[in-house]
Amino acid sequence: MSDKSAIRVSFTLNGAPATVEIDPADRLLDVLRERLGLTGAKEGCGEGECGACTVWLDGLPVNSCLVPGYQVRGARVHTVESLDPSALEPLLVHGATQCGACTPGVAMTACWIVGHPEILASHSLRELLAGNLCRCTGYDGIVAGVQAALDAGARA
Amino acid sequence: MHRREGLAKLTGRERYVDDLPLDDFLWGATVRSPAPRGRVAAVRFGKGVDWSQFVVVDSQDLPGPNEILLIERDQPVLAAGYVRHVHEPVLLLAHRDRVALRRAALAVTIDVAAEPAALDFRVPPRPDQIQYGADNVLKHLRIEKGDVERALATAPVVVEGVYETGAQEHVYLEPQGMIAQMDGDVLVVRGSMQCPYYVVKALTHALNRDEQHVRVVQTPTGGGFGGKEEYPSTIALHAALLALKSGRPVKLVYDRAEDMAATTKRHPARVRHRTGVTRDGKLVAQDIEVVMDGGAYVTLSPVVLSRGIIHAAGPYACEHVRIAGRAMFTNAVPFGAFRGFGAPQTHFAGERHMDVVAHRLGIDPAELRRRNLLRDGERTATGQVVNDGTDRVAVLERALAMADYDKKRAANKAGGATRRGIGIATFHHGAGFTGSGEVMLSSRVDVAGLPDGRIEVLSANIEMGQGTITVFTALAAARLGLTPDDVVVAEADTARVPNSGPTVASRTSMVVGRLVERACDDLRRRVNTGGRGDGEGLKRAIMDWHRAHPGGRLVGSATYERPPGIAWDDHTYTGDAYGAFAWAAYVAEVEVDLRTYATRVTDFVAVQEIGKVLHETFARGQVQGGVAQGIGWALLEDCKWQDGAMANAQLTNYLIPTTEDLPPIRVAFLENPYAYGAQGAKGLGELPIDGPAPAVLNAVADALGVEPTMIPLTPEKLMAIADLGLRNADSNNP
Amino acid sequence: MTVHQPGTLREALDWIAGKPEAVPVAGATDLLVHWPARVAEYDRDYVDLSRIAELKAIAFRDGELVLGALATYWDVIHAGRMKEGFPLLVAAARQVGAVQIQARGTWAGNIVNASPAADGVPVLMAYDAVVVLASRAGQEDVPLDRFYTGYKRMRRRPDQLVVAIRIPWRAHDVAIFEKVGGRRAQAIAKVGLAIAHSAAGWRVVAASVAPTVRRCTAIERLLTDGTPVRGPDDLLPAIERDVTPIDDLRSTAAYRKTVMARLLYDDLRGVCPAFS
Repeated sequence: MSDKSAIRVSFTLNGAPATVEIDPADRLLDVLRERLGLTGAKEGCGEGECGACTVWLDGLPVNSCLVPGYQVRGARVHTVESLDPSALEPLLVHGATQCGACTPGVAMTACWIVGHPEILASHSLRELLAGNLCRCTGYDGIVAGVQAALDAGARA
Repeated sequence: MHRREGLAKLTGRERYVDDLPLDDFLWGATVRSPAPRGRVAAVRFGKGVDWSQFVVVDSQDLPGPNEILLIERDQPVLAAGYVRHVHEPVLLLAHRDRVALRRAALAVTIDVAAEPAALDFRVPPRPDQIQYGADNVLKHLRIEKGDVERALATAPVVVEGVYETGAQEHVYLEPQGMIAQMDGDVLVVRGSMQCPYYVVKALTHALNRDEQHVRVVQTPTGGGFGGKEEYPSTIALHAALLALKSGRPVKLVYDRAEDMAATTKRHPARVRHRTGVTRDGKLVAQDIEVVMDGGAYVTLSPVVLSRGIIHAAGPYACEHVRIAGRAMFTNAVPFGAFRGFGAPQTHFAGERHMDVVAHRLGIDPAELRRRNLLRDGERTATGQVVNDGTDRVAVLERALAMADYDKKRAANKAGGATRRGIGIATFHHGAGFTGSGEVMLSSRVDVAGLPDGRIEVLSANIEMGQGTITVFTALAAARLGLTPDDVVVAEADTARVPNSGPTVASRTSMVVGRLVERACDDLRRRVNTGGRGDGEGLKRAIMDWHRAHPGGRLVGSATYERPPGIAWDDHTYTGDAYGAFAWAAYVAEVEVDLRTYATRVTDFVAVQEIGKVLHETFARGQVQGGVAQGIGWALLEDCKWQDGAMANAQLTNYLIPTTEDLPPIRVAFLENPYAYGAQGAKGLGELPIDGPAPAVLNAVADALGVEPTMIPLTPEKLMAIADLGLRNADSNNP
Repeated sequence: MTVHQPGTLREALDWIAGKPEAVPVAGATDLLVHWPARVAEYDRDYVDLSRIAELKAIAFRDGELVLGALATYWDVIHAGRMKEGFPLLVAAARQVGAVQIQARGTWAGNIVNASPAADGVPVLMAYDAVVVLASRAGQEDVPLDRFYTGYKRMRRRPDQLVVAIRIPWRAHDVAIFEKVGGRRAQAIAKVGLAIAHSAAGWRVVAASVAPTVRRCTAIERLLTDGTPVRGPDDLLPAIERDVTPIDDLRSTAAYRKTVMARLLYDDLRGVCPAFS
């Protein structure tokens, strides 16, 4: 990357301040994986269909392959590396992950749902998960895992 | 036992090949043929690129034969002046800067002097399209039992049908990729794959190296489904060539578009049935013709065809059977392994045809299955006597009960702008390699006793989500009386693990798991200690051994032994095709939208007898995932072709099911232990994809009274065969 | 590649006045598709609108809904009273892609991307939306149903930016949105329909059946005239005057035309006395 074109971007990453020099052509996915070494988000399609690159941007799940890196200045970004492993236990128990390639994206959407259960008043669980493609599970394990996490959250 | 690597996957810590840190490396890229057939007239390097900065590799750079070693040696590593399919690799490039590499790859032009391409496997080739043998037939196979012509001539009723299945793209969520680098004088290749030793053999052959100087390591693999059975050898060779020429590590990963366009897919097939039956539905003759599209190179077509024809007559008793199969050469991107491996294609045809037969006779489809499902003592199409004690009718009854079949079948189909229907499929799948395949593989597993008392399972069978690591851990722990934390499953690194065969053919738990158990037994014998349950005693004995033999290696081993009583004749294609079959009955309920011709699966029941459920969550997950792929193949997944290559090579345009395209998939297992499978298990991985497509189409036929014969049954295709009324007067018409 | 990131609308308009070839960027959900392969486009100028606060607002004033250029599908789904006042917008927004796309995709971006299969444009057009264009020279309001002049061509000068979309509030007794995709989520429309009726008359807007999203004036006339319709086939002459579906990677002309007729018939036979 030529120094002339580099853009310096400061934002909040997983709750802590981060500053990184990026190429203007970097997508947020590239910033995370190539500039910051956070390889949890995956590139499954490069076109916003599969959701394997899902991160939270200002509190909402987005496809990081479709976010220009230069747009996250001042924003709050959360990646799968920020998730509390104990919150993921229900997903593990119910078979939500097999090969794991879609899993970080699923985990991000799942934890967002569990963190905002009021969304289920207007959206079904399957509708909220429709942006995360999985080829291994047929989705039953994922839906069961998220439901179990919601039930656990409701009890807590 | 929870998935051992599950938390690493959930927290994003599991590292796939594209995640691995790599210093001072080059990115690799592939330049491909734009035409389906012809001589490479020129390779032009565009201006505006400083080509001296790029590593360029062509077919001249092969140290050994320009051949990707598989069944045949017909597929070149890089096209040497002649191309046989669109996207055939011609040139490789490498550069440190990924963007510069992309620009450069776009600046290379491959000029092909086009020749007539063979692009339709269903029609006999013209003389100017012949490119393999005398007739473009890659493989002929035949199964014969009894006298089918005479039986058909005297059968009270003969029903014919022709069925077609389309290609299917695997869409493993992790695209393919490899990293190649030198470690001293050893070439090390790491990447996403199902068969490390296939890759070793391909590398040693084409690169003219011996196995001591080639090391292949499987990295965590984000899905395979057969798509990473043979194709990884190609990428491994390409990455290795670039690494050898540049002297630097090379990372060659495909993006989704390249992966979908250039790698293998499920063989398209056309199957013709002529079936003789009595008026009360007893099968007397099955004459089946199977034709598959193999694409431009042999790859695994002979074996796909083999498995396809062996399963083609279904799980039924019939005295007179003839199954003639052929795999055709075309100038399409070569087709390859995909879960089910020929059986989904022939089971689709067979099960759809059973419903056509039932309809012709006025018999309920479930009743027709009841009357014909193999009973113990009866023979399959290859003459194998089925004697495993499984009540196959009970499998069907369980599925029908769970699905509330009788009530739903009798229900009024009409409901406003939708129609509901229910359909079944009964089928089977033989696990492990066919016939003498497992003997030829001669798989071996080692189990090592480590100095700290733990044990390490060493096999070449990999984890790609189906649960290998956890199941091997559980089998070994149970066998030796250890806790899971006392068991380590080694990374599949060919420098360390023996060749336990490929991770394919639903063999990993059943066949290789059994070897794990026997290797554990051998380990225990070597330290000569105690009974099976005494884990603590074993650990002490292992530690004692290491103290007595510092620096030594303590390894128990097991090599495949054919179960007794299995006899297969490869020449006549008769005998015991598989040691064990799993048996299944699936029921699909659909709702068709009369306005849009869209079919929605509203309920799905999957019942199977699989010997022994080794892991409840994993087994259920295999079934649900396979059913999902089968439903996608039946309704959504449509490969659009241009010059034999996939024109819709994007996830936007090749549609796999989302959460909203599938119902909850209801699963039940029956168990009838198989003596020669680990803990009694039979293979499970592929069975679930054999049944959904015919069950779904049978349900559509029930809903609408039409006879669909092809998949994918997209709304456009359904519209072409169904003239559905929408007016008020039509609402009671089927 | 240069990226200009203005903080105010004024600054953005000044900049693009001098750089007419600059590409405005909002949610980028269309722009970045397959981005790594599109290296030729790295040599262009981009103007990032995401920092311009005045473009973010959603407001209801003077009897009309004003969506700022940065308003997303998600914003509309969750804006108060939106479902009661503008149900078609919510219906369409929920069928865009999935949550991850809804959270970033903007209505204005959907308009200027000008896809014939657009999800947002049909319902906006059925509501008589007006595109508010701004440039250094001033503001220009263009009714959305006159905004497109051909495939991917629109009445936006290179020095103009879409800054808002104005939608008049009306009481509708018919408000129907249909999107037929290849699957039930994350799908591009094979046929899209937005049907609305208010005191202003019938609006029937179709997507994916012509080079642009467009009003189907022959169908609207048929409905206004109360022409008897006994089945989908009776709608075909009007459909054939209004749209020109084609065969493409996703579907066929025959399917699109047939399904459009069937949807219209099935949706309207409950509400139009002339339909039987």
